[in-house]
Amino acid sequence: MTAKAAAPRLELKGISKRFPGVVANDQVSFAVPAGTIHALLGENGAGKSTLVKIIYGVQSADEGAIVFDGNLVQIGSPKEARALGIGMVFQHFSLFEAMTVLENIALGMDDPPPRRQLEARVREVLDSYGLSLDPHRYVHTLSVGERQRIEIVRALLQEPRLLIMDEPTSVLTPQEVEELFKTLWRLANEGCSILYISHKLHEIEVLCESATILRGGKVVGSCDPRRESAKSMAEMMIGGSLKDLSDKSDCSYGEDRFTVSGLSAPGEPPFGTSLKDVSFSVRSGEIFGIAGVAGNGQNELLAVISGETQAGVTGSIRLEGRELSQLSVGARRKAGLASSPEERNGHAAVPAMSLAENAILSARSRMGLASGGVIKGGAAKDYATRVIEAFSVKATGPAAAAGSLSGGNLQKFVMGREIMQNPAVFVVSQPTWGVDAGAASFIRQAMIDLVAKGASVVVVSQDLDELLELCDRLAVINEGRLSEAMDVKGIDIEKVGLLMGGVHGSEIDGAGAGRAADPSHAPAKRPEPAL
Amino acid sequence: MMLAAPVIAVALTLVVGAVLFTLLGHDGLGAILEIFVKPLFNPYRWQDLLVKAAPLAMIATGLAIGFRANVWNIGAEGQYILGGLAGTGIALATLDMSGGWILPLMLLAGIVGGMAWAAIPAVLKTTLGVNEILSSLMLNYVAIQLLYYLMRGPWKDPMGFNFPQTAMFTADQTLPMVVPGTLIHLGVPLAVAVALTAFFVMTRTITGFQMRVVGLAPKAAAFGGFGAASTVWIALMAGGGLAGFAGILEASGPFGQMVPQFPTGYGYTAIIVAFLGRLNPLGILLAAMVLALTYVGGESAQTTIGLPSAATGVFQAMMLFFLLATDILVRYRVVSGRAAPKTARAPGKAEAEAKSGAKTGETKVVTA
Repeated sequence: MTAKAAAPRLELKGISKRFPGVVANDQVSFAVPAGTIHALLGENGAGKSTLVKIIYGVQSADEGAIVFDGNLVQIGSPKEARALGIGMVFQHFSLFEAMTVLENIALGMDDPPPRRQLEARVREVLDSYGLSLDPHRYVHTLSVGERQRIEIVRALLQEPRLLIMDEPTSVLTPQEVEELFKTLWRLANEGCSILYISHKLHEIEVLCESATILRGGKVVGSCDPRRESAKSMAEMMIGGSLKDLSDKSDCSYGEDRFTVSGLSAPGEPPFGTSLKDVSFSVRSGEIFGIAGVAGNGQNELLAVISGETQAGVTGSIRLEGRELSQLSVGARRKAGLASSPEERNGHAAVPAMSLAENAILSARSRMGLASGGVIKGGAAKDYATRVIEAFSVKATGPAAAAGSLSGGNLQKFVMGREIMQNPAVFVVSQPTWGVDAGAASFIRQAMIDLVAKGASVVVVSQDLDELLELCDRLAVINEGRLSEAMDVKGIDIEKVGLLMGGVHGSEIDGAGAGRAADPSHAPAKRPEPAL
Repeated sequence: MMLAAPVIAVALTLVVGAVLFTLLGHDGLGAILEIFVKPLFNPYRWQDLLVKAAPLAMIATGLAIGFRANVWNIGAEGQYILGGLAGTGIALATLDMSGGWILPLMLLAGIVGGMAWAAIPAVLKTTLGVNEILSSLMLNYVAIQLLYYLMRGPWKDPMGFNFPQTAMFTADQTLPMVVPGTLIHLGVPLAVAVALTAFFVMTRTITGFQMRVVGLAPKAAAFGGFGAASTVWIALMAGGGLAGFAGILEASGPFGQMVPQFPTGYGYTAIIVAFLGRLNPLGILLAAMVLALTYVGGESAQTTIGLPSAATGVFQAMMLFFLLATDILVRYRVVSGRAAPKTARAPGKAEAEAKSGAKTGETKVVTA
């Protein structure tokens, strides 16, 4: 390591950034040496996003200096950042849905080479990093995970010397995470520094060599994640002790409450995943998990269950024996079936509308927020306020626009809006995607409390750790087919990973020794660079 | 700023209009004064303004409900004609009768007529996915031909010296005046009432909520249980019904009969009114007055300073043009392209320079 340049790749000196009413960054200083993977930890709102935006030139700091490879630099735009060799993979993708993967990559480049040359380079990067992606697919047909790969390829094409990654693993399978980590280690060994933001502390323990912890815009500590536990890091982030999820082993299951059988539905044309004969049942007091890689029919399944998709659906959906499959979205909700889709902005919530109006969106019939077709403004405001308080949503009040909330806070609001209606069955996709540790454990606890009252919950998630922590049983969805349900106690992680990757039945039994359940099933340690 | 855009658009229309007509050899400033200022200071013209503004406001209110939900009904002109024709049909069937029930029946027929015409694009859209912009627009021309056919054929007044027009409506079939001695008929307060009702519907009811959610986030609307088909139907029924209502109010009010000159482009101008009023029923009332001014002022400018009748259309079109332009410019900023410094463009080269100690990155560009 000492052979590398003495000056750190990136050094921040007293960076401060103020927005009206809030100090996003307050005298932030730290350094990232060349070829290291450095974690930036902090809860939502701790100032991580602002800080990386400053480094990437999206925003400019009010005070402080950025030193890159020993040179004082002013980064006025992302273009200048890229010119310096700083690449970034954003948590929220900036992609044009009506264009192909290749066109999107070309658009993101300052100086795109001719199409054929670019395609060759893209394929080269895809191959060498083991990423699977068809450059000619249209973005609107891709899953979240695949979309993220575009962003990663975009960044890798620039051969960056500092790569900033914001929540990159939230949509990957354990095997894919392992692949990504290999890619990142390879990059680091080639001398590229990586600034890594993630809420998955188990991964940071394995991946990163150093970490800076932000709270309230200030640096409150630094650590070597390899010597810390996920819990100790989470507590440093929160600045208090983390509450363990209450044990739900003592709760008893009731009868089968929610039964889906033989459910088939065509995928969204032209490239959506069709559902093929999906069956499962959930007892009262039980959390049922559906694992799988993005784009394997999860969104379709959720839309069919909630009633948003009705055309071409066959099979039955029963809630306490009552057939729901012919009912409208509103009627299903009245029957006690609540749902929360993966995408918060524009699907579970209307960004331009206030929280009170967003409460009306899905709670109007069960919570009596309208009568005779006329909105009860006061009742809607009250309900939104109750959700804000009960779920500690950071918002100025029920009149705040949903779009003004951070991702984690909006998710808390959306989850609260559904859970506080006391549904008999709650079907939720990606309940904690992009949500910080504190909020995620809050949301998980809320679901556990809901089943403790006798409800049934179905969690669709790509985060296997989350499912293992939360669920009583889980099944894996792959290409629209759902596997047999498995008890989470003593589950074979290797088998789940293979099912997620599309290996079925007998092939798995032959695969032999599987790893036993381990919430921190982590990829292998970083190999030492050959010197 | 969203509210400033219409004001800026109107101001730009006045300035550019003055320059344009000066270049064309007219008295540009005089034209502006004649069209946009003089009617405001002539109390005799106020009633004209109200009478022109009423149908514009009513049609625009209906259109705005649909536009909020991204349902683009361009067929208000045809729905206006069909509303007029449906009410006229009742009038012609009841020429020999009398009673207070006739006028309400005519008005109801007008609403139903407009709705029926709008139901065609609604059915096409919900069952076959036909674009409502095209289907509703094309039906306007069908409606005009239907009008011409009826005027020259079955509905021609037998006592009308072969003029292509219907018989005059009777007193029971004509709108009463609300201000005696003026042209201000019942349609004027009705237009205000419709706008106020629409304001209530859009802000306080689940139906209005549905239209707004569909426009802002269609997937969230589906999640909330608002069906796409019901949205299309509500939008087109509101637009068609109110256009038809405006049609029969015009026929039974200012016209007092049905004539081939019945369609005067209100259905198209109302689109401008809807946008100028920010798709808000209260804003639409104001915007309708502005557009009514172009009609009233344009007419008087023809006689006083000999401006061509097309001038009205030119001003209306400019207003929409500038409104759309300012809406874009309020939301976006024009930035001149700034290329990255040549030395730093190729990463490899930058790296080489950085290694050799050249401060490539230092104080490059700092702009607000």
